[in-house]
Amino acid sequence: MVLEIQNLSVSLAGTEIVSEINLTVSAGEVLMLLGPNGAGKSTLMKALAGELPYRGRIRLAGRELGGWCPGELARHRAIMPQSVEVNFPLTVEEVVALGRPAATRRCADSVAEILMEALEIKHLRHRLVPGLSGGEQQRLQLARVLGQIWDTRQDRLLLLDECTSALDPAHQQMVLELVGAMAREHGVAVLAIVHDLNLAAQFADRMVVMKSGRCFHEGGSSEVLTPSLLKAVYGYRTRVIQLPEGYPLVIPLASGSAQTAPLNPVCRQAS
Amino acid sequence: MIRDHSGRLPLAPALLLLGALLAVAALASIGSGAYDLALMDILKVVAGREASDPVAAMVVLEVRLPRFLLGFLVGAVLGVSGAILQGLFRNPLADPGLIGVSAGASLAAIAVIVLGGTALGGWVTLAGQWALPLAAFAGGSGTVILAWRIASRAGQTAVATLLLAGIAINAVAGAATGLLTFYASDEELRSLTFWTMGSLGHAAWDDLVLGAPFMILALMAAPWLARPLDAFLLGESVVGHLGYRTATVKKVAILVVGLGVGAAVAVSGLIGFVGLVVPHLVRQLLGASHRVVLPVSALMGGTLLVAADAIARVVVAPAELPIGLMMSLIGGPFFLGLLMRRKVM
Repeated sequence: MVLEIQNLSVSLAGTEIVSEINLTVSAGEVLMLLGPNGAGKSTLMKALAGELPYRGRIRLAGRELGGWCPGELARHRAIMPQSVEVNFPLTVEEVVALGRPAATRRCADSVAEILMEALEIKHLRHRLVPGLSGGEQQRLQLARVLGQIWDTRQDRLLLLDECTSALDPAHQQMVLELVGAMAREHGVAVLAIVHDLNLAAQFADRMVVMKSGRCFHEGGSSEVLTPSLLKAVYGYRTRVIQLPEGYPLVIPLASGSAQTAPLNPVCRQAS
Repeated sequence: MIRDHSGRLPLAPALLLLGALLAVAALASIGSGAYDLALMDILKVVAGREASDPVAAMVVLEVRLPRFLLGFLVGAVLGVSGAILQGLFRNPLADPGLIGVSAGASLAAIAVIVLGGTALGGWVTLAGQWALPLAAFAGGSGTVILAWRIASRAGQTAVATLLLAGIAINAVAGAATGLLTFYASDEELRSLTFWTMGSLGHAAWDDLVLGAPFMILALMAAPWLARPLDAFLLGESVVGHLGYRTATVKKVAILVVGLGVGAAVAVSGLIGFVGLVVPHLVRQLLGASHRVVLPVSALMGGTLLVAADAIARVVVAPAELPIGLMMSLIGGPFFLGLLMRRKVM
């Protein structure tokens, strides 16, 4: 097991945002974290990234997070934050190189080349980051993040907080296919927050739905993405079609008349 | 100008050019002043040989050389400190003055000037001629530590709080300075004014011996910060993600700035704009990577201050302009010009 989370709770300013989460992600697995705004997904991610104090246990490759030395941890755990704002004139190349401190400046870093190629930012390599579009910047950050754990042999964890939010549909597919390949072929454990239910359905091996800081439901995509569950979690109406490709397709429906769309949806408690 | 794909100057020629400028500035600085020196004499004295003019050796070694070295060190420290703070705060407007270092140092120095005969008499007797520079140094470092304490109460250091604390400290120190100015006698006022305007005028080997170790230490520690500071440009949380100890990096950065600027203010008074303009210019010309910005800011800051000091001695000769005033006069309009035609920070 690459990542093991036991009874994890995170409080911010006295309010418990994440409560008693239990999760595991194994090598080669893509686990997608779903849930409405304010469900605690990003807070959970920040705890895993070591940015917030927490109660409970987070183990990476069997070792408590605090037991790793920072440099070693960075080669095993990479984090793509929701947004990275760069105000200073760094070039694309320089930002990718930040994730690869071991590579020297003299000889070209072949991994950086591969990643820039794969994420279609190679032609932008000399451009200054503040002048790039949102989608280009997001692909750049992903290249930096992937480069960080590329050379490590095993026990690699990739945390992605909405890594496709600024991308066009074609690039969303490309990026998630790359992430999927990292998992399948190189055994990287992936935990990703995704808002697009259909992207999640297409690329997740397993899904966890969070609501009000707790784990609401966990399972395969066909099990999780059902009209009743989506209604309970997000409070919106959907139709779900099973595709021959083997994953469900979620189609949102108009909320209908006022009577059928309750203002405060009743929440099921976690079992 | 020759720019590469990223709109930058190539590093090696830029360094050569800067080195040449420094050499010119150094010769101008050593050569200009109340006593005229021939270029050959300067070169001979610096090379350790006998000069044709017997006074030349004395002037160069006792007056001009320490002044040049002090000017270069102060400029280098101010440039590097500005670059470090701007990286740390991810804000191109950060400046050593901002977190209260300069204000704290100047308040302590002014207190020694004004209260030296009364309330602080004991300190002046104890420290003798070192009373003022030591007090300035303590004042500068003390304010950094105070701002740091305020900002790191919750266990980790909030950079925004540090900035706000600096603003408040600046206001209080400014008011206290004003109050002391109010009580100062005419003679004290003159020495005080000259000091707040910044000057290398009384530079001697004494000042160099006092300030140089701290400034050199700060300059030598700075390169260690280059990579983590690059990470800071992506955001404070990313620094930790990339495997750097964020808290340690911040501590070292603040210490380097406090140490360096405290010592710089102690020996030369308040000199503004170097810390703001120099790193900004370096980033525009050579890019934002701190492995370039830190050393080049030191070189450019030192060169700029040495050149400005040489000019300050010539324009109103035989008197001289305070260098702090001079820097603000040149730096202010120059910076405004830069702002008007900038693309990215």
